[in-house]
Amino acid sequence: MAVPKRRTSRARQGNRRSHHHVTPPQVQYCPQCNEPVLPHGVCPNCGYYQGREAVPVKTEGK
Amino acid sequence: MRHRNAGRTLSRSASHRLALFRNLTRALVEHERITTTVPKAKELRPFVERIITIAKRGVASGDPIKTLHARRLVIARLGPVAKVELLDVKGEPTGKTLLKKIFDDLAIRYADRPGGYTRILKLHKRRLGDAGPTAIIELLKQGEVKAAKRSAAPATTAPTPRPEPKPESAATPPSESPEASASTNSPTGQEAAASEPKSNESQS
Ligand SMILES: [Zn+2]
Repeated sequence: MAVPKRRTSRARQGNRRSHHHVTPPQVQYCPQCNEPVLPHGVCPNCGYYQGREAVPVKTEGK
Repeated sequence: MRHRNAGRTLSRSASHRLALFRNLTRALVEHERITTTVPKAKELRPFVERIITIAKRGVASGDPIKTLHARRLVIARLGPVAKVELLDVKGEPTGKTLLKKIFDDLAIRYADRPGGYTRILKLHKRRLGDAGPTAIIELLKQGEVKAAKRSAAPATTAPTPRPEPKPESAATPPSESPEASASTNSPTGQEAAASEPKSNESQS
């Protein structure tokens, strides 16, 4: 069975992990309330989508 | 290979899927607006719209025999749910079956609308169990027109993405008011800073 010949050095381990980062979500900002909004999504804060279209009711508080 | 196999199976057998679409159709017609997952909403749309179109054609013909034929075609698609009596907002029976509402209300409401009787709106809220993306699907109201106003191009999908994605180039045409453009500037800094560390990404 294949088995590592050498212990992985910290540098090598770090180099391998250098790509392991998460990318921030791509967000836009609601033209209505300026909250971050996912593209093509209804604003979770004010319920607006596509300009003047108030779609779901507001969830106040929370 | 799934060449030429359009549509989602939604992890269901054909009969299960058909039952799902029938149930969702009943719910949508009854409530006018329902919240489901994005894939279900997208699959439901053609199913419902085709039914409405058949009903429309039958009613528009003015011929009772053709209307009856359309009625039977719709029943063939809806199966047992066609006869389900719909409830109103309070849960009281309306005395109207699903089939009746489709023919008496929707076919009239959408008489002049060349397809596209529904709207899907994606929500931010994820489902609790599987974090599935949710969406609202709703029946358009009488005489609704496109929401796209002065701020954006007439394309339906474009307006929201359009104004924001390039706030760096401040000369974006659709910034509708000074308040909006001014407010986009502060997020710009955050966005730029946030997108900085992704110099190279090979995994998500
Ligand atoms: Zn908003």
